[in-house]
Amino acid sequence: MAKEVIRTERMAKVFTDGKQSNTVLKNVNLSINEGDIFGIIGYSGAGKSTLVRCFNGIEKPTSGHVFFEGRDIVSLNARELRAIRRKIGMIFQQFNLMPSRTVFGNIALPLKHSGLSKPEIKRRVHELLELVALPDKENDYPAQLSGGQKQRVAIARALVNRPKILLCDEATSALDPKTTRSILYLLKKLNRELGLTIVVITHEMSVVREICQKIAVLDKGDIIEEGDVYTVFSSPKKELTRSFIETTSSLGNVTQLMDSDAPMIRLQPGQLLIKMSYVTNSVSEPLISYISRAYQVDANIVFGDIQILSDHPLGGLVVILSGEKSRINQAIDYLKQKHVAIEVLNHG
Amino acid sequence: MDNLVRILLPNVSEVLDEFYLSIIQTLQMVFISGLISFVLSLIIGIVLVVTKKNGLLERPIVFNLFDKVINLFRSIPFIILIAALIPITRLISGTAVGVQGTLFPLVVGITPFFSRQIESALSEVDEGLVESGTAMGLSPVQIIFSIYLKEGIASIVRVSTITMISLIGLTAIVGVVGGGGIGDFAIRYGYQMNQLDATYLSIIVLLIFVSIVQVLGTFLANKHTH
Repeated sequence: MAKEVIRTERMAKVFTDGKQSNTVLKNVNLSINEGDIFGIIGYSGAGKSTLVRCFNGIEKPTSGHVFFEGRDIVSLNARELRAIRRKIGMIFQQFNLMPSRTVFGNIALPLKHSGLSKPEIKRRVHELLELVALPDKENDYPAQLSGGQKQRVAIARALVNRPKILLCDEATSALDPKTTRSILYLLKKLNRELGLTIVVITHEMSVVREICQKIAVLDKGDIIEEGDVYTVFSSPKKELTRSFIETTSSLGNVTQLMDSDAPMIRLQPGQLLIKMSYVTNSVSEPLISYISRAYQVDANIVFGDIQILSDHPLGGLVVILSGEKSRINQAIDYLKQKHVAIEVLNHG
Repeated sequence: MDNLVRILLPNVSEVLDEFYLSIIQTLQMVFISGLISFVLSLIIGIVLVVTKKNGLLERPIVFNLFDKVINLFRSIPFIILIAALIPITRLISGTAVGVQGTLFPLVVGITPFFSRQIESALSEVDEGLVESGTAMGLSPVQIIFSIYLKEGIASIVRVSTITMISLIGLTAIVGVVGGGGIGDFAIRYGYQMNQLDATYLSIIVLLIFVSIVQVLGTFLANKHTH
């Protein structure tokens, strides 16, 4: 079994201000294993940021436990907690680089009181600048860098103490899509090459889809769904999870098209509009051409969206079927046998 | 040259030595009380920022104590404060007159204002920076020095400039009750003896002081802004 890096047990967090109290986390039981890229997704206000801050003790849970490599950090004193924090890197949405320090100064900051000599610090900083692909920026100030470069510096700074785990709090939410991809690619590379465990807090399902192996969906302080990304994406159990997944797929567009009675999906008598969702690896089989040949059913692909997730295809097609009614039904039965989920959207 | 001085400054030219001395006294008052007050205010400002609600070392009792005492002192007009402090000034400085006698009231007068200014300068440091310092395992003392003070330098210089200019104003007031300095010179010769040239010359000297402080402050603040 994989080694556990962080585990929470019945963790709850209540903020009290005078007489008002606000329950942010209710009863969180999570386990993050070594080498995982673990996504925690939720809308703003779901408690994601508080949750991740409980992992490194910036927030103290009101009740329950947080274990880091088996040690309950809730019971630690300030000095012990600081030692643990050096093993937990963290990056932020707003990067939080020190504006008055150069890139070098920023990355070296966590080493300032580590007892390392100047040449050792210099060597370590240069190693990290290579790692995040910014070798020539050490003397720049943060204000001179682009958003993506700032986040790279922040990643380098977070890794300078060789942490076990990297917490990313909406790390790509302030970046444009292209830069987001490059940062996610970097995180993936760090996970692969250094064996770094990564926790990704986000409200963007596309981020989870891009890099995570496991996912937990947080809603109003509760983990409502959890599992490996492929399983959750292919068969989500909760409505919220489904709505998050829809944001990453264009298949949901068909509902809008139907509402607006778009000509491209207007049906002739006898035609059938269906949504085919792939839930296993059947996408590699030539299903559409097979049903055309075997059942003489014409399949007009209106649109499709198939993504690669954890090395498996996931997604589906919206198709207009036309042909003899019994033949169409046979074709649909065949598809169901092949583990394609069929949803009939409209009859002609 | 001598003639020109006599024509432009008919009265001051008679007491030039005293005028020079008053300039030196003002400089002494500003520098010594400014330096002492800077150290005190920096400490009080840091205490205020870290002990406030949601601060690094949240301590409501300590915060409220400092907060209220500062408000109390800031509400007393300086000229009344000087009079009220005379017994303590005598005790501390051995005298309530001369430059030596002005330092204590000047420090007491400017420190509450200065502390508030430092507090607001440090509050400008982004909370996110402090949080990232905590996350990287820095201790509160390391965060104060490596983040609050380091990132707050430009703001600290800016508020110190404002405070030094206020302090120059206070030295003129303190002169009236026997402190000496340019304020005292301007009042004794310019006001009481109705020698206008003494008044105008005092204004020009103070204007030069203030300008130097302002230019220097702006230069230093810009130097620390990246």
